[in-house]
Parts: sequence; C-alpha cells; structure tokens
Amino acid sequence: MIAVYLVLLIPLVGIVFFALGGHRADMGKLNVRFNAICLLATIWLAVNVLNQGTILSDNKAFLIDPFNVYLIVLTAFVGLTTSIFSGPYMAHEKDLGKLTDNRLKLYYSMYQGFMLAMYLVLTTNNMGIMWVAMEGATLATVMLVSLYRTPESIEAAWKYFILCGVGIAQALFGTILLYYAAMQIGDGESSLLWSVLYENASKLNPEILEIAFVFMLVGYGTKIGLVPLHNWLPDAHSEGPTPMSAVLSGLLLNDALYAVVRNKMLVDGASHNHIAGYLMMGFGLLSFLVGALFLHRQKDIKRLFSYSSIEHMGMMTFAFGIGGPMATFAALLHITVHSLTKSAIFVTVGHASQLAGTQSMDKIRGLIKTQPKVGWGLLIGTLAIAGFPPFGVFTSEFLVLLATMHSYPWLAPLLLLGIGIAFAGLFRHIQPMVYGDKPEGQHPVKANLWPVIIHLGLVLWLGLAIPEFLANWFSQATLLISGSTPL
Amino acid sequence: MNIEQTDFYTQAILSMAALVGLTSFLMLGQGRLLRLIFVFAVQGFLLTLTTVLAAYSLNNPHLYISAVLTLVLKVIFIPWMLRREVLLMNTQRDVQALANKTLVMLGGASLMVFSYYVLHPIVQTTSPVMLNALAVSLSVVLLGMLLMISHRQAVAHVVGFMSIENGLFFAAIVATKGMPMVVELGVAFDVLVAAVLFGIFFLHIRTSIDSLDVDLLNKLNEVDK
Repeated sequence: MIAVYLVLLIPLVGIVFFALGGHRADMGKLNVRFNAICLLATIWLAVNVLNQGTILSDNKAFLIDPFNVYLIVLTAFVGLTTSIFSGPYMAHEKDLGKLTDNRLKLYYSMYQGFMLAMYLVLTTNNMGIMWVAMEGATLATVMLVSLYRTPESIEAAWKYFILCGVGIAQALFGTILLYYAAMQIGDGESSLLWSVLYENASKLNPEILEIAFVFMLVGYGTKIGLVPLHNWLPDAHSEGPTPMSAVLSGLLLNDALYAVVRNKMLVDGASHNHIAGYLMMGFGLLSFLVGALFLHRQKDIKRLFSYSSIEHMGMMTFAFGIGGPMATFAALLHITVHSLTKSAIFVTVGHASQLAGTQSMDKIRGLIKTQPKVGWGLLIGTLAIAGFPPFGVFTSEFLVLLATMHSYPWLAPLLLLGIGIAFAGLFRHIQPMVYGDKPEGQHPVKANLWPVIIHLGLVLWLGLAIPEFLANWFSQATLLISGSTPL
Repeated sequence: MNIEQTDFYTQAILSMAALVGLTSFLMLGQGRLLRLIFVFAVQGFLLTLTTVLAAYSLNNPHLYISAVLTLVLKVIFIPWMLRREVLLMNTQRDVQALANKTLVMLGGASLMVFSYYVLHPIVQTTSPVMLNALAVSLSVVLLGMLLMISHRQAVAHVVGFMSIENGLFFAAIVATKGMPMVVELGVAFDVLVAAVLFGIFFLHIRTSIDSLDVDLLNKLNEVDK
C-alpha cells in the first residue's frame, strides 16, 4: 500500500521542488530522476498486485486492480522516457530563444503536476476525485500549451481550456447523477466509491445510469478526442512543446478512456441492454473514420500525428464498445502499443522539426541523409503505427477486426477501409520527408534516441510474443470488464 | 403535485431553482458586460443561499463550508476579477451579442424544455420536485454553453464557463445534498485554479491580439487559406 502513496507523493514533491526552487541548469536531469524513482515505485506496486491480486487501501480511497495497474506502469514508463527526451530538447529550445528561465521552471513543475494528475485518475477509487484529477490534468497542461507565447499557441491553449473545461463539466453532471442513483440504495460518503458502486451495480437505477453515462461519455470523450469533440486536440498538440504532445497523446487520452470504461462497467452492471456499448461503438467508429480522412489534409507534422491519435483512440473506444472478451483484450493491448509507438513518434518528430527548423511538412526533407537515426526512427515508428506486422499495433488491430467480424460483420469493411485510408494518409506525407536529398544547410542536432529505440523495441516484442505476466493481467482485466476471459 | 402541501424546504428549493434559472436567462440576453458580471454574482449569491438553506434544513454542517467557498469564489473573487478586466480593456459592451437576441432567447427556452425531456425518466423513481431541480440545473449548464456560443468577448466566455459550474453545483446541492466533502473541496480547488488561469490568459490574449474578442483567435483551422 505504501507504494501507492509513494507514486503520488513523488510527483507532488516534484511540483513543489521545481516551482519553489531557484532556476538550475540541471532541471532536465532532475526531472528524469523524479520520473525514474516514480517508475520504480510503480513497479513495486505492480509486483504487489501480481502477488496479492487487487489492492484496496484501508480507507478505501485507492483501488489497484489488474485493469489500472498496467496503465499506471505504462504512465510512469512513458513519463520517464519522455522526460529523457525533453531535457536536451527544451535546452535546445531555450538556446533558440523561445523560452525564458521562468517558463522552463513552469514547464518542469507542470510536467510533474500532469504526472500527479494522471496517477490520481488511475489510482483513485472515488469517481468524484477521478473527475477532479481529470480537470486537474487540463489545468496543469493548459499553460504548457501556450508555453511559447505565440498568438497561435495562446489561441490553441484557450481553445483547449474552454473546450475541455466545458466538456468535462458534462462528466461532472454525469457523476452527480451517478451519486444520485447511488444515494437511492445507500446513504453516505462511501456511495461514490467505485468498489462499492460496482458491488451494488445491479441495484442501481438503470435509467438514471444510462442518462449519466451519456454525460460521462460526452465529458470524458472530449478529452479522448472523440469526433465531433476533437477540435482542441490537433491545435494543442501542434502548438505546445513536443514532449507535451508525446505525453498528451500517450497518456492523457488513455486515462480519459479509462474513466469512460470504468463508468461503462457500472452501467453494464445496472442495465443489460448494451446501450453504453452502442454509444461507444458509434462515437469510436466515427472518430476512427474522420481521423483517418483528415490525415490526408494535414500540412503540419504534429497535426498529422494528432489526427492519427484521434483515429486510434476511436478504434479503442469502438473495441471497448463491442465489449466481448476478444475485443476488450484487443483494446487493452492497443492502448499499450499505441502509447508506446505514438510517444516514440513524437520524440522523432520533435527532433525532425528541430532539424528542419519548421513543423511544416512541405519543408522537412531528406531526414535519413541528414541524420539517419531520426529518419529511420520516424519511418519505423510510422510503419508501426500504421499497423504493419510484426509490430504490436498489427496484433491489436487484427484482434479488433476479428472481434468485429465475429459480432458485427457488416462493420468490418468500414474498419478495413479506415485502416487503408489512414495508411495512405500517413505515407503520402512521411515518404518525401524521410527519403530524398537533404536541403542546403541542414545539420544534425544533438538527439538522444534511446527512448525511441526502447519503445519501438517493446512494441515489436509485444507484436511477436506478449510476456506471460502481461497476458495474465490483460486476461484478468478483460474478465473484470467483459465478464469472461478471451482464451 | 400541490405546492402548498409540501414542506418549507421543498418550497424554498423550488423557488431557488426558478430564480437560478431566471438569472441564466438574464445573462443570456445581456449585451453589457458589467451587468452580465453583476447577474453572474447574483446567481452565485442565490447558490450560496440555497447551500445555507440545505445545510440548515438537512442538518448537514459540511455544507456550510461549501457555502462559504461559493460566496468567496463566485460572488466576490471571480466577479471582481472580471470587472477589473472589463474596466481595464474599456469594453463595456459586447455589441454583436445583441444582434440575434430573439433567436438566442428562443434557443434558450427550447434548451430548457429539452432538459425536462432528457431527465423525465427519473420521475418514476423520485418526486417531481427533484425532476424540477435537476432539469433546472441541466438547463443552467446548457444555457451557459449557449451564452458562450452567442457572445464574443472572452469575459462573457468565462462567465458562461463559471455559470456551467454553478448549474452543476446546484444539482449537487439539491439532488444529492452535496457531494462527499473531499470531492467538493477538489472541485472548489479546480474552480479557483481555473479562475486564476483565466486571469493569466486575459493578460496573454490582450498582449497578443490587443483585444478580448475571441473571434480574432482564428489562426488555427483545417480550412486552406
């Protein structure tokens, strides 16, 4: 249990340390250290869960089960590798004169603040606190989106703030309705605890819960980036600093989806008409197709990959919506591989745009000739995210497709079409960027590509063979969510 | 339902719901920013009254803390901050908002009907009073959104944003006798941080586009220019 408190305490110390401490040259390295210690704490936590099964803290404030424990480790891992990338990257941005010392301090402090909010969303057992932490994540990142203080970045941050703030207010209304339904069967402060709600789900009023779920889906769905609530996402990703895009895509979107799935489990327990699933399937499929189509129109490299995130989040939402054991297992795997691949891609994208001095794809050329590691990293990352075998994204997308053919065969062609469109959309932009001659005066930048290599290596590994303990967790989580195991 | 037969608390809650709903409509049609902020403060004050009433009638002391938080945040701090901003920028009127006033008011009325329609299923499990309270809260939320859509000044957007919070708060007080204490503190903290961030944003928007008209924030879009 101590591990949970450690996981939450370390980023808290980090916020205060960076905010109140003076400016120092080695803040990037310290940030890496904070995240590394946090990763160790989460691994400790994971080992505990592996040995003892689900942990519920004594005061019932925290719940760690197979569904969230792997997301916690994933969050810590992506947080760490992104911080390794962000140190030299931010130092370079500062050398270019885009940042001041104070803003760098703000950046590191809020990086830890964002991590804290993410851990809190995942570990808390209280649906109200989950909402508070989710809103906290928005508040922590909003100043980071406008970190460069350009008119575009301020516009993006304003849009992000207003859209996500209003969106997530709907989720609070959903939470209030949930609490209202819970009050009818039992009174008191514990009525909003997920563990209590889950036990009594069959007694909750299905009608109220269905209405509540609609609000939750719209609210948290804004943060997942579901179409048509996605407008903030490409703007925030393209205008903020690249490490922020990596953690937003890799972590924030997952956690919002996590919140939706937790609520879906309650609704499914109360009513048996699968309405929550249909809603998620509809929104998911729409996001998937629209995201894939919009890939073709992009001019900015970071916007390109944020639409790719929308597309993949759509697929996961769709898969959770189908709800069978195979689809759920696939969705859990897809969350993992998408986070790893997408954050790796954003790392290479960050280097590529520093190389070329622009984010405009028309002007980024000859990456492989200038700096082979960056070029190949981007190319392989794109191959992985487009769903090429033998990478893990292929495995999970294939499973989603199989599950769709099994349950809703008439939707399978749409899914295939979307995958094809997305593939074409990505490669028509990536190919001219990585191949070809390098423009005059383009020089390699100082880059640490270990995060990319490790992430893509892991994705490859997950595509070839899923380690047994992970497969076990996925199976247990699938059992928890869908009521039966996939194998 | 015969309103005279219900107890004092229920009657009071119903009147409060009506007044809170009314303030939302008043804000919607308001083209002068200073008056908009004043009506917003009145709405906050009505919420404070509702909370005190609930705390007293239900004998629930932790609601007094919520009441104080609401009073400090939504009646004093946020209106003060917004008022200062308006006077600083000398933008007392939001002229464009007045252009399609009738349409906006009609839209607001239909949103209210829609709220009743959406929440009607819960009437089977509870009293019609609860339906009224929840439906008014939901319509305050939706009217807040409409306010943000129809007005163009950043200040009006913040008022809309915060009045959405007011609607949620009203629902929490009336329907569930307040959320658990930790949640309520967390929400209040988020509102406070959001208010401070809005203040910082005003400064940035002012320095970057020299106005608080959010229609000028239009550089990022998918349409080729």
